[in-house]
Amino acid sequence: MAKTESTLINMVLALLIITVIAGGSLGMVYKVTKEPIAMAKLAKQQKAIEEVVPGFDNNPTDEMYQLTSKEGYALQVFPCKKGDELLGVAISTKTDKGFSGEIKIMVGLKPDGTILNYSVLEHKETPGLGSKMNDWFRGSVASQSIINRDPANAKMTVSKDGGDIDAITAATISSRAFLDAIMIAYNTYKENTDVQSATPTIEKGANHE
Amino acid sequence: MNKLSIFTKGFFKENAVFTLLLGMCPTLGVTSSAINGLGMGLATTFVLIMSNIVVSLVKDVIPDKVRIPAFIVIIASFVTVVELLMQAYVPALFESLGLFIPLIVVNCIVLGRAEAFASKNNVFYSFLDGAGMGLGFAMALTMLGAIREFLGSGKMFDLVIFPEQYGMLVFVLAPGAFIALGYLIAVINKLKKA
Repeated sequence: MAKTESTLINMVLALLIITVIAGGSLGMVYKVTKEPIAMAKLAKQQKAIEEVVPGFDNNPTDEMYQLTSKEGYALQVFPCKKGDELLGVAISTKTDKGFSGEIKIMVGLKPDGTILNYSVLEHKETPGLGSKMNDWFRGSVASQSIINRDPANAKMTVSKDGGDIDAITAATISSRAFLDAIMIAYNTYKENTDVQSATPTIEKGANHE
Repeated sequence: MNKLSIFTKGFFKENAVFTLLLGMCPTLGVTSSAINGLGMGLATTFVLIMSNIVVSLVKDVIPDKVRIPAFIVIIASFVTVVELLMQAYVPALFESLGLFIPLIVVNCIVLGRAEAFASKNNVFYSFLDGAGMGLGFAMALTMLGAIREFLGSGKMFDLVIFPEQYGMLVFVLAPGAFIALGYLIAVINKLKKA
């Protein structure tokens, strides 16, 4: 076949046809992968909730409500119940004080505010330094661990700032950001929740997405 | 040029990373572990093979003056396909490669092969060239990733070989990528001369 001449009409037509085909096939792939992508995201969220507040038998995603933190972040709160008893809440929290970008953490709180567990959902911290936050704050070393601490009677800052928590070696900024995210979750939850009955003081359905 | 050499030249003689020093951005950026290197390499291989095939199919229809934009659209489409597929079926790998997947579009290897090879050769040869170049790239990235992971965190494909605290952290960070790549190229050059 002879090579197509570079006339204006040929060039316009060639580019038009290529972009139309490309656009069409991308639309198709998007449609096919839309559901698996949503499922993968949901599964990840579900896994994180199970990790931070184990033992519930309801569907926390169905009962999710949103709280707005002082910083203006919309935090998603997932109540985890066994029967009628509230085991705790999983709160998806974040901070932008990280060493490089946003850090998203799922943190589990008992109804009284004691930290159950956490799971780092997303971060861009330095590999090998800040990325250690995945395990650092829940290890067996008591001065590092935030598990089972009640922020009401512990200083939730790094020891360099006079707090109770040992920062990750050589990653103080990441550690500060991590604790910042945890405290955003804790403070927001405390402010918006009646501790005695452990029910949110705001209208529930109103903040649904 | 016989068929076998079209395929094998990508591994050694014209290896994109070790010999041509192309595609340095993903090479240095994602190879902090062997599995990341392999994932990035295979994603690039897929894009290379598919774009080479399509470019060689349409090479006669596309007017010369608009061939580069046409190639870029073809390449970008396949990259988006890879991105969506990875997001759907291997979300963990997608997260660790993250930003680098869309960057395959501007990876000069992919456009380079489309322009230098696929636009002048038939479909089958273009396929061989894409597969060879892509797998050679994947091999280089996996080697570099394995070396950095081993030296930096004492692991190889996530298998613990020695405890992490004895690792040399610098190899996980950006400077270690340059150091490891430099030595790797030196060794390969020595081997080639021998």
